[in-house]
Amino acid sequence: MPEAQVPASQGSIMDREGLQALLDVLTSRGFGVVGPRVRDEAVVYEPIRNVADLPEGWTDRQDGGRYRLERREDRALFGYAVGPHSWKQFLFPSRQRLWQARRTETGLEFLEEPSRDERWAFLGVRACELCAIAIQDRVFLGGVHRDRSYAERRQRVFVVAVQCAEPSGTCFCVSMQAGPKATCGFDLALTELLHAGSHRFLVEAGSRVGQEVLAAIPHRPANEDERRAAEKVTALAAARMGRTLETRGIRELLQSHPEHPRWEEVASRCLSCGNCTMVCPTCFCSTVEDHSDLSGKHTERMRLWDSCFTLGFSYLHGGSVRKEIRSRYRQWMTHKLSTWFDQFGSSGCVGCGRCITWCPVGIDITEEARAMRSSLPEETAHV
Amino acid sequence: MPTSPRPRLAVWKFASCDGCQLSFLDCEDELLSLAGEVEIGYFLEASGRTLPGPYDLSLVEGSITTPEDTQRIREVRRLSKRLVTIGACATAGGIQALRNFARIEDFVSSVYASPEYIQTLERSTPIAAHVPVDFELRGCPIHPLQLLEVISAFLAGRSPAIPTYSVCIECKRAGNPCVLVSRGVACLGPVTQAGCGAICPGYARGCYGCYGPMESPNTPSLARAWRALGSSRRDLLRAFRTFNAGAEAFRRESEANAD
Repeated sequence: MPEAQVPASQGSIMDREGLQALLDVLTSRGFGVVGPRVRDEAVVYEPIRNVADLPEGWTDRQDGGRYRLERREDRALFGYAVGPHSWKQFLFPSRQRLWQARRTETGLEFLEEPSRDERWAFLGVRACELCAIAIQDRVFLGGVHRDRSYAERRQRVFVVAVQCAEPSGTCFCVSMQAGPKATCGFDLALTELLHAGSHRFLVEAGSRVGQEVLAAIPHRPANEDERRAAEKVTALAAARMGRTLETRGIRELLQSHPEHPRWEEVASRCLSCGNCTMVCPTCFCSTVEDHSDLSGKHTERMRLWDSCFTLGFSYLHGGSVRKEIRSRYRQWMTHKLSTWFDQFGSSGCVGCGRCITWCPVGIDITEEARAMRSSLPEETAHV
Repeated sequence: MPTSPRPRLAVWKFASCDGCQLSFLDCEDELLSLAGEVEIGYFLEASGRTLPGPYDLSLVEGSITTPEDTQRIREVRRLSKRLVTIGACATAGGIQALRNFARIEDFVSSVYASPEYIQTLERSTPIAAHVPVDFELRGCPIHPLQLLEVISAFLAGRSPAIPTYSVCIECKRAGNPCVLVSRGVACLGPVTQAGCGAICPGYARGCYGCYGPMESPNTPSLARAWRALGSSRRDLLRAFRTFNAGAEAFRRESEANAD
């Protein structure tokens, strides 16, 4: 976790071998490096050891309900947008044991889960994903009740951001002011520079430990041309967003129209399968399951990712509050774009586009917001 | 060993392939612990030794397809304090519920040399259509771990933790990229109940719907997505008409795609 920010550096340059050196230094410092690699026709985040593990020469083409890997014409290592995975799977595992209990002669003995000493280095974190991590930090660490296991994982993470060069057809981070340029929240930030046969990275350190790591790998100061080339990468990305979302007045727009007919319309398409919430990098809901064994002498409590699209999510005594899919979609979208401000002081959406791409029927949150806004008189839509 | 008598367990078979009983025997390591906690009173797939009822817990495999079975299931219910149905046959009528979409005389006359000996019902129906059922455990076949969860819950007097949401949720928890989105593979996961651990998508195949409809299945919307991927109405008809053909939501969607 980046500590106090360090003064912005002028940037350094390292080559492909430097990237391998970075992986080696992180490994030797005890980090398990996770980063992008191609598996099952997608760029996923998994443990990596070598530059050769990275998705060299691959990009992704994305639209509502559709994701395809395609070959690039160059050898870019980070020439894709974002895939089905997000870093939350490492900080907030999808399945986690919270505690166990044993029946003893005298009563019950509770066993806490031991602290785990895993230390992750994330390689290839996008600006939108840094924002998502910051949002989950507020959820899990802000307020009175801190999530201990999240805190333990989070404080040990080393973040290597990679500036986004290739936004997808479903990206709208510019609308959400979440990208495409990462400006803080990283230990190191890389910009991949591919030009006329040369393959280099402009490296910026964002923390002291980032500076230490950078000092241990071969690099040289960046020149003015290289700095300008790096600036151009994210500037071009910003101009190529696949989607836009008008955020002006969105908070009031959604909260003041709970009976808008659009909710019914989207419910006719929504599968209530929960995919959008599973792939969302900010969705944080979980459920717990208690499992006693056959003997009744041992029990364990598991925490699993949950979704506001399930019936069980709103189950109170006597039944579920949100029986209709309409109510569940409305809950999700209103929370994400509106009531999240009331709860956590920011939007819950970073514009990464995952919920659009990975919805099996391609429901598009930007389109839903647009449809609702455009159906209303101008002054109402902009409350 | 507990001093109080162990609960007596019975396992019954109706129209079925025995696969769910085999899933029970697949619990291997846990079977000995189970034998320590319950007294197996009736389980012909495992032992010829039988004990008389009443039974504290009856597991019922299979669907009702004959006049005799409509009576036998009542007797089983009468002998059972708790009755749990296991598998797609017992909970939805099974693959044999395909008969529900055709004329039974046509099947009987084309399959059997002497159809006059065959006494069968026109429809294959789940156990719950005949007697009250305390819990339905889905799957074709059931998952051994889910069965152990149900039995453990019964022994502890608690609700079993058996989710009714979609396969997608356990598929994403497992880290699988969605096969429908990334490969254009037709998948029933979004309308199918979880429980199997998303086995097929984990091997880049679409879900076959073995666990039947999830809690709020929007099959018309998924059907439109399949059509957009190139599936025909016949593909949809066949997809929804397998082991859980008789389950209400799947039946309706298959009929919507019938000629």
